[in-house]
Amino acid sequence: MNISLSKIKTSNPITNIYIGSFLLSLAIFDVFVYSFFNLNITSFLPGNLNLFFPLIIGFIGLSFIRMEYSGIKLVDNINKHINPSNFNALLTLLIIFTVLKAIPPALSWMVLDANISGDTKAACTGTGACWTYIKVWFKRFMYGMYPNELHWRINSAFILVIALGFVGYFFKENLKKYLALYYVVIYPIIAFLIIYYLISGGAFGLVWVETGAWGGLSLTFIVSFFCLIFCFPLGMILALGRRSNLPAVKYVSICYIEFWRGVPLITVLFMSSVMFPMFLPEDFFMDKLVRVIIAITLFEAAYCAEVIRGGLQALPRGQYDAAKSLGMGYWKMHIFVILPQALKLVIPGIANTFLALVKDTPLIFVVGLAEIAGMLALAKTNPKWLGFAMEGYIFAAIIFWIICYAMSKYSYNLEQKYKTER
Amino acid sequence: MDNRGIDFGFGFLKQEASFDMQFTLLDYDGQDSYAWAYVVALLNTLLVSFLGIIFCTILGVIIGVARLSQNFLIRNSAAWYVEFFRNIPLLLQIFFWYYAALRALPLPETAEPWFGVTYMTIKGYYIPSMIWENLNVFLSCLIAAIVSIIFIRIYARKLQEREGKQLPVFYISIGLLIILPLLSFLIGGVKLDFELPVLKQLAQTSFIFEGGIALPPELIALVVALSLYTSTFVAECVRAGIQGISKGQKEAAASVGLNPNQILKLVIMPQALRIIIPPTTNQYLNLTKNSSLAAAIAYPDLVLVFAGTALMQTGKAIEIVGITMLTYLTISLSIAALMNWYNKRIEIKEK
Repeated sequence: MNISLSKIKTSNPITNIYIGSFLLSLAIFDVFVYSFFNLNITSFLPGNLNLFFPLIIGFIGLSFIRMEYSGIKLVDNINKHINPSNFNALLTLLIIFTVLKAIPPALSWMVLDANISGDTKAACTGTGACWTYIKVWFKRFMYGMYPNELHWRINSAFILVIALGFVGYFFKENLKKYLALYYVVIYPIIAFLIIYYLISGGAFGLVWVETGAWGGLSLTFIVSFFCLIFCFPLGMILALGRRSNLPAVKYVSICYIEFWRGVPLITVLFMSSVMFPMFLPEDFFMDKLVRVIIAITLFEAAYCAEVIRGGLQALPRGQYDAAKSLGMGYWKMHIFVILPQALKLVIPGIANTFLALVKDTPLIFVVGLAEIAGMLALAKTNPKWLGFAMEGYIFAAIIFWIICYAMSKYSYNLEQKYKTER
Repeated sequence: MDNRGIDFGFGFLKQEASFDMQFTLLDYDGQDSYAWAYVVALLNTLLVSFLGIIFCTILGVIIGVARLSQNFLIRNSAAWYVEFFRNIPLLLQIFFWYYAALRALPLPETAEPWFGVTYMTIKGYYIPSMIWENLNVFLSCLIAAIVSIIFIRIYARKLQEREGKQLPVFYISIGLLIILPLLSFLIGGVKLDFELPVLKQLAQTSFIFEGGIALPPELIALVVALSLYTSTFVAECVRAGIQGISKGQKEAAASVGLNPNQILKLVIMPQALRIIIPPTTNQYLNLTKNSSLAAAIAYPDLVLVFAGTALMQTGKAIEIVGITMLTYLTISLSIAALMNWYNKRIEIKEK
């Protein structure tokens, strides 16, 4: 396994470990000093050798350390996990050195040389990031062009909707059978009413705010929330339709699913904003936001349907036969026997679809709705704040990353919780 | 529809398009028809998808294998790569590369050459273009090489089935692929020259590169973002595929006397591919559909040119959106059909 370097090893493993760890720490020290303090301690070496010196020294050091069993826990762990062969040792060193090289510039840009004080562009004097920009625009990124003094309406609407979402946990035993009914029918209606009356206003003495003024992250939440709760039941119906015995229902479902899965979302959004109004009666007006929500719902429902169909197909035939033999009808069988088991199977798939939905919401920017990507584009071209695109996109990326990462971890937990041995 | 004064018809396709495109693969100018604009834009879309698919496959396979590495650092870096890039919306990634990362590149006059002859500047990536003489001779040599490889493969399989002999098909293929085109240079009179990009001063402070091929920043941003994003999904498919093969398969193959190369080629890969290919195809389809996000950074793809500019000029919303959707639908369904056929071919044939 080892190359000829192993020949210079002494007979005593402890000496090997001493030599190896000395060389390795020398290599890491060299890179560390160079990247953090800009000190080149090996500058006496000729050009290329100077560049590769830490790599060569570290490589020799690791090959000295590599042995079957040393009795020292740390060395054995290193050998097992990051130093099992020459190739791995090289990759290990490359990764360590890359991280060491990348930390100082990233740190100085993000933290040390960055500015956050003040509230004009003039406050950004450092060479690093200008977080002042994010601070000043923060409210816009969160709430869009929604009037500043009315932000409490958005906040309270969200709190109410979330609180209602948790109501299901407190249902008494005898109410448990209405849980599905609550989440599929009642909850969406209540949530819609809350958001409509609280955020739009126009009643109960609240000022009317156009949907054009909505924006920022709150719009992302609103769009994803409604698409999420509407696309799931629709997807379920489509999935059942695709497996139906009635040819008409079956082929309509297949055509629907294949059509929506075949076109990109961006054209669907274009269609909803350009083409859709033409088919409506002349005096009938539908808000752009509503049209976009309908478009995304129809689109994602097709993906949802395919995931649920996978769960339905995975159930053994015996479940259907058993339910039928108990005298259950089609709906009873599906609601009480098939769907609960099938949905449990497809939790990861559903979560992925929802994740894709949340990640697709920035696209509504192309039809002129200013959610966070749209607000960034707006802020970027503001003459007072030119040249901070990097900060803006990194900020948005961090926010979306946290949301999506949390969702995927939650779905993983859910999957573990409902996992039953079959 | 009639009462809105909309007339339905495809006659507009023959009219003069009278708009320009920044980046085209075929010759196009404003005097060409809408139909030709459609073809050119479609080619741009296909170019992005093609490049994206190639890069995301390479990256995805590397990352997917790295996630199974026994090296702690490699395994975790690969895992973080996947978690990082797939949890950020693609549109934001495209914007980041286009508006933030590529804008930080040097101007043409201060650009340092990469690899001596290519220049990465704020206005795009300039690479040398190839000037061929007798290109068709070269191409026919290449085609001849590929056809003969196919025949040799068929012959080798028959030989193995009949007599149990194995030909070194791989080396023969590589040899043919190199020797035949090389012969065309020596005997067929094929010549290859490179046209290098050269810096040219337009005005006092305005420089551009001339000659060679210019890849616009839109294309670069799009390909980079698409391939980074999709590679995470491909990596997960590859990992699932390799993990899906039980250890017993490898041991069984070793116990019947196959060497490690044969085990990989004849036992592991055919089974792993069976798991990897269907979800990976889905990712390729997603990438093709996601390439329509090009419209957001003004890369002249099908959506921007046809469903954007052409629609605004003609006002034929229904026809144009219909054609655009139908095009994507055709691409998706044909790739899906191809993959279903392939899947049928490689699936386990149970008796």
